[in-house]
Amino acid sequence: MNYPKVVKILETKKETLDIKTIKFEYSEDINPGQFFMIWIPNVDEIPMSVSYIGDKIKGITFKRIGDATNALFELKSGDKIGIRGPYGNGFEIHGKNILFVAGGTGIAMIAPSVEEAMKKDIKTTVLIGVKNKNELFFENRIKKYGAELLISTDDGSKGYKGVVSDLAEEIMTDNKFDQVLTCGPELMMKKLFEKSKNISFQASLERYMKCGFGICGQCCVGKGLRVCNEGPVFDGKTLEKIEDFGIFKRDASGKKVIF
Amino acid sequence: MDEDAGSMERIFNNGAGAIVTKSIGLKPRKGYPNPTVIELEHGILNAIGLPNPGIENFKDEIIKLKKINIPVIGSIFGTDSEEFVTLAEKMQNYGVDALELNMSCPHAKGYGLEIGCDPDLVKEITLNVKKSTNIPVFVKISPNLANIVEIAKSAEEGNADGIVAINTLKAMKIDIEMQMPVLSNKIGGYSGNAIKPIGIRCVYEISKNIDIPVIGVGGITTGIDAIEYFMAGASSVQVGSAIYQRGLDVFKKICDEIKIWMENHRYNNISDLVGVAHK
Repeated sequence: MNYPKVVKILETKKETLDIKTIKFEYSEDINPGQFFMIWIPNVDEIPMSVSYIGDKIKGITFKRIGDATNALFELKSGDKIGIRGPYGNGFEIHGKNILFVAGGTGIAMIAPSVEEAMKKDIKTTVLIGVKNKNELFFENRIKKYGAELLISTDDGSKGYKGVVSDLAEEIMTDNKFDQVLTCGPELMMKKLFEKSKNISFQASLERYMKCGFGICGQCCVGKGLRVCNEGPVFDGKTLEKIEDFGIFKRDASGKKVIF
Repeated sequence: MDEDAGSMERIFNNGAGAIVTKSIGLKPRKGYPNPTVIELEHGILNAIGLPNPGIENFKDEIIKLKKINIPVIGSIFGTDSEEFVTLAEKMQNYGVDALELNMSCPHAKGYGLEIGCDPDLVKEITLNVKKSTNIPVFVKISPNLANIVEIAKSAEEGNADGIVAINTLKAMKIDIEMQMPVLSNKIGGYSGNAIKPIGIRCVYEISKNIDIPVIGVGGITTGIDAIEYFMAGASSVQVGSAIYQRGLDVFKKICDEIKIWMENHRYNNISDLVGVAHK
């Protein structure tokens, strides 16, 4: 049922100065790329990708950016939050050679998919793009899975200096990928989409959400596609028809906000 | 699924005869923080707080829908007659086919039910909107009232072309682990299966006492539910929460189920069913 199950936080881990992982017991089956609605009592309820998928223990990893994530950041083990979900579709992982491109905290959503790809013995390359090396997390986790990892930083403090879509373009010229899967800022994903024209493409979109179960319409893109339900991952063919993609999102009032 | 032109087009293509927009006010309004919508055992509880982009920003959505000839009923809410008139005129200029005056939202201070509980105000607002527009005007009323028939009569006296009944019922869910109400607004409006008998009763009482058509809404999930509403006195019906239980094509499904029931019972016209339970 689409009703929050109250769980106790089992463990919190600071990944960077302002990024944290929270783990809790939640026994539902989850596809990599799906998300929860996280209820932070007296503050808000927000959609958040699942970053750890254990049999019993699940986790979320987030950056403090607003009221909800700031409140969540302050919570300690033993504190209670409400969980609904999982919602949405997640990535479809197939082919022999996959390129994952994560922008910023997008790696939180992508990490379980990398794990899944490695389990399927798919050759996997992961690009993580961040502003500077202090924002980098899950580096060791991705390496541990055995995927090839490349880093880009805007300021050149680690790895490739520049934006991750440019790094991806270089990598794509030298390799033949069956799939490009991405999660990150929408403008980055749009650029990446343009650069990976002939390769099967999937991107995970983020929109303001209310119900999470496909009834309120708050998160719709294109011709009534519900990010919470038909998304958050859309393939290239669908993205081509979504006029909003990389152009605008809607705020809580429904007003368009240009990216 | 009434936020933007794309969604409403999709609903129309799934069998709806017309679309009622979300309720639009003068200015952009964010509504309440989440949680705003949750599912309970027998229905959906929401308190979104009338979020909307404001009438000016909503223009494009209506124009897009009218370009492809989708019948649109523009829902509006205001604090007084003047606001309702301004919104109604704009909606008419954008090209909507009819108006629905939201006088029944149970969870927004100064709006909705707070206006819709006053028979004089309901009459005055309806009269003024009717005077300044020339498209059908429906008044959506609340079941959270002891004098629902009186309110419907006031709307009729205000020359409304129809009554929409019912809006959601005031309700609350307390989470016993958190020991607090789940919705950020604490009180919300309950919709879905659970409220159908209440909707049926309201439509029955209203249609018995007024001469204008009643549009039935509240817990309609199947064609059989719609037939029951017709018999209670509704000339047409609206569907919302059932999208969740039966998918976006619930509109097609309900239409098909109505047809099958009518064929099996040898009815040719829905109008022959309207209000039969009154006899």
